[in-house]
Amino acid sequence: MEETIMKRIVFGLLLLCSASASADEVRVAVAANFAAPMQKIAADFEKDTGHQAVLSFGATGQFYAQIRNGAPFDVLLAADEETPMRLEKDGAAMAGSRFTYAIGKLVLWSPSPGLVDARGAVLEKAGFGHLAIANPRLAPYGAAAMETLTKMNLADKLQSKIVEGENIGQTFQFVATKNAALGFVALSQVTKDGKLESGSAWVVPGKLYTPIRQDAAILSRGRNNPAALALAKYLRGAKAGAIIRSYGYDL
Amino acid sequence: MPTSEDFGAIRLTLELATVVTLLLLILGTPIAWWLARTRSRLRSSVGAIVTLPLVLPPTVLGFYLLLLMGPSGFLGHLTQSLGLGLLPFTFPGLVIASTLYSLPFFVQPLQNAFEAIGDRPLEAAATLRASPLDAFFSVAVPLAKPGFVTSSFLSFAHTVGEFGVVLMIGGNIPDKTRVISVQIYNHVEALEYTEAHWLAGGMLAFSFLVLVAMNALKPRQKAAEP
Repeated sequence: MEETIMKRIVFGLLLLCSASASADEVRVAVAANFAAPMQKIAADFEKDTGHQAVLSFGATGQFYAQIRNGAPFDVLLAADEETPMRLEKDGAAMAGSRFTYAIGKLVLWSPSPGLVDARGAVLEKAGFGHLAIANPRLAPYGAAAMETLTKMNLADKLQSKIVEGENIGQTFQFVATKNAALGFVALSQVTKDGKLESGSAWVVPGKLYTPIRQDAAILSRGRNNPAALALAKYLRGAKAGAIIRSYGYDL
Repeated sequence: MPTSEDFGAIRLTLELATVVTLLLLILGTPIAWWLARTRSRLRSSVGAIVTLPLVLPPTVLGFYLLLLMGPSGFLGHLTQSLGLGLLPFTFPGLVIASTLYSLPFFVQPLQNAFEAIGDRPLEAAATLRASPLDAFFSVAVPLAKPGFVTSSFLSFAHTVGEFGVVLMIGGNIPDKTRVISVQIYNHVEALEYTEAHWLAGGMLAFSFLVLVAMNALKPRQKAAEP
């Protein structure tokens, strides 16, 4: 009697395990700036492959701490190159699984039409209240903004006008609510289908800052998950590429 | 070891918490008194507004404050027309946001203390021809001392530990808006765990001591008189 119960429990457990293995779900930690395109890509991914991508959005540094402490993610789409590299070194990411899924573009943007000119000369005149940038120590877009200001020899002059958002999302908010007159934000935040949605902007020339490479990696937990491998492949495909470009990223 | 930036953040945080607590003593006390004594129909609505910051996520409060104090907001219009400029990214802006955020922590314990006094001591004061103001300061305030202690210490500790609101309207400016919790967040995000531990552990110990002091200073409640 007892034995049959045990058998049933074991059988039940086995069923559960096989069910979760064939459901092929991939848990993805996604850098907040990539939330919108990733939602679109995940929907297509589900349609095309039958796998399901469960997305979590957040700050890359926080994801690092969570992953190192056992967070159940299969794939990380980071906002930088360093974090996936570091995770691989730590043994928390699959060796050789890293790739660049998008290259971010920096833009000087203001919601006021006509404030930002096509060459960024508004920065030299400095006739504005606050200039918002993302925290250069934490956010790649912030580091790129600082690099741009330094190359333009304006970093010292504008220091007193700078306010920092903790990430590029908050930086955008500072500018969008007009608490800062203008700011360095991600092109993906202010364009839709390749066009500026509102206000005025200067797309910062690539020679003024190091490319903002956003890298992905398959994490140790996703090593044997077919859905994780499929997603990594899908992200490099033409269909995902078109979505990524339409949101103002380079490839 | 803590860096000089860390010490700057500590000094700023203590300044902020002190100013906010003093401001709450001035602004929160009449609110608590009114809520404790009034029979107005507005009582439940005003009580709810005062309690809102307790239940709202700090990002919601911070976001609306950013809109309200911004150039298109009501407060922003007001401060600009007064020639004060805009409040976000300034120390006064932080003070206003923190005062609002800590308001329930100040008002509620004090309101309870005022309510516990009951009508009789005040009626007795009135028969002795004390004016309402006199009765308030010489009867209500001494009787509500435990409430004042709890309210002040809680608001102080709560302001020290606040994060979401200041992050939203602060702008991370050293010595102006970069408080301890923001600095801890910066350290953690930059993976500087040692520096983060110094500050975070320090804050934990400090908050514990503040609460111990609060309990020690509070006179024991006497058994209710029949």
